[in-house]
Amino acid sequence: MEEGREIKLIETDAIIIGTGPAGLFAVFELGLHDIKCHLVDILDRPGGQCAELYPEKPIYDIPGVPVCTGGELVERLMEQIKPFHPEFHLGQMAEKLEKTPEGKWRVTASGGVIFEAPVVVIAAGGGSFVPKKPPVKDIERFEGKSVFYAVRRKDDFAGKNIVIAGGGDSALDWALNLQPVAGKVTLVHRRDEFRAAPDTVSKMRALVEAGKMDLEIATLAAIEGENGQISKVVLHRDGAELIHLPCDALLAFYGLTMKLGPVAGFDLKFEGDLIAVDPASFETNQPGVFAIGDICTYPGKMKLILSGFHEAALMARKAFGYVHPDRRYRFQYTTSSSNLKSALGVTQTK
Amino acid sequence: MSEELYIYCTDMEGKEHKLQATEEWSVMEIIREGGIPILGQCGGSCACATCQIYVDPSWKDKIPEPSEEEIGMLDGAFGVNENSRLACQIFFTRELNGLRVKLAPGSV
Repeated sequence: MEEGREIKLIETDAIIIGTGPAGLFAVFELGLHDIKCHLVDILDRPGGQCAELYPEKPIYDIPGVPVCTGGELVERLMEQIKPFHPEFHLGQMAEKLEKTPEGKWRVTASGGVIFEAPVVVIAAGGGSFVPKKPPVKDIERFEGKSVFYAVRRKDDFAGKNIVIAGGGDSALDWALNLQPVAGKVTLVHRRDEFRAAPDTVSKMRALVEAGKMDLEIATLAAIEGENGQISKVVLHRDGAELIHLPCDALLAFYGLTMKLGPVAGFDLKFEGDLIAVDPASFETNQPGVFAIGDICTYPGKMKLILSGFHEAALMARKAFGYVHPDRRYRFQYTTSSSNLKSALGVTQTK
Repeated sequence: MSEELYIYCTDMEGKEHKLQATEEWSVMEIIREGGIPILGQCGGSCACATCQIYVDPSWKDKIPEPSEEEIGMLDGAFGVNENSRLACQIFFTRELNGLRVKLAPGSV
């Protein structure tokens, strides 16, 4: 964590890392067991892969739901868990997992929040979504100085000669946004077609037409510069022609990819990039730490959303004992239990 | 009929592997089943571009053309050229027996 940031301590029942379908449904299952949840996710909205990779794509294998899109599934899950008042900490990376002297688990998040709870549920799917980095030599040396994957402050680019790479909404939105403040904007994309909102594409085309923005149909071959300061990009045009384009900054928008990230450093038993769990409870080798959804593995594991739901239910039963050690576990159905119905905020119906 | 079905896949180190193939499986699944850890983060739903391969030019014409969606998804890949495809969108048939592909950047 960066120094000088205010640190906030949150004590709760369960910390869920990841807000994909498995993490969201875990709120429901834990909620039925009177377990309060805080969730941490690197993305700025809940939904995980459903929100990031396929919000518009139809899913056909959710039991009882013949078809819904990734985005709709997330919406419905959010609606379903509302009665349990989950608290979301978005845009934050869960960086550290450690045991407190009192025997609880402590999760440290990148935004300066520390969580303590008897139960941690890792529902991190394929890991954290991070920007795809162009595989050009030495790009790390320029990152954060003159090569960026996001824009924090528009003013940082005032008067600068910038190259924006990519052909989706992020690339085009930033090209349009930065064009008035930048000295020069060159948009670089591999083909003369753009997967962005039609209106955005038209605006970009108009600027190019008017000579206020440059467009290069090419791919990024190399970057050059010294001490982290980029001086030019080398572009590869069809037909093997290389273009040397001087610039002060490069913004690359090629979408996101999943990297296991800090979870890899958690003191848990892994099998490759997956966390080994007991398929009776989805508990890891550390008591009180569970893993569900795509990130867990056990004999016969299938990476399906519905597996994540099942795993959440069994996890919650075991988690109950850690959160409410003095209460006796009682199995109840939502159809008949008045306790559960009142927790769900529904009135008794036949 | 017990004709042997297979594809050749060259990994990122340049080593070629002969992999047993199954009809109707995607090339991504065949590569993964063959023990080569191709990323394929979205699980094969043409939503992530982490299973990019280069199809050997001699095979290009035998494979059905990519969909608009696949071409668009390749925008999120690197090192894309005229032989680039997403392995999850090519489905193996007997006509593709002996297919040669090579893993592309970002696929492992």
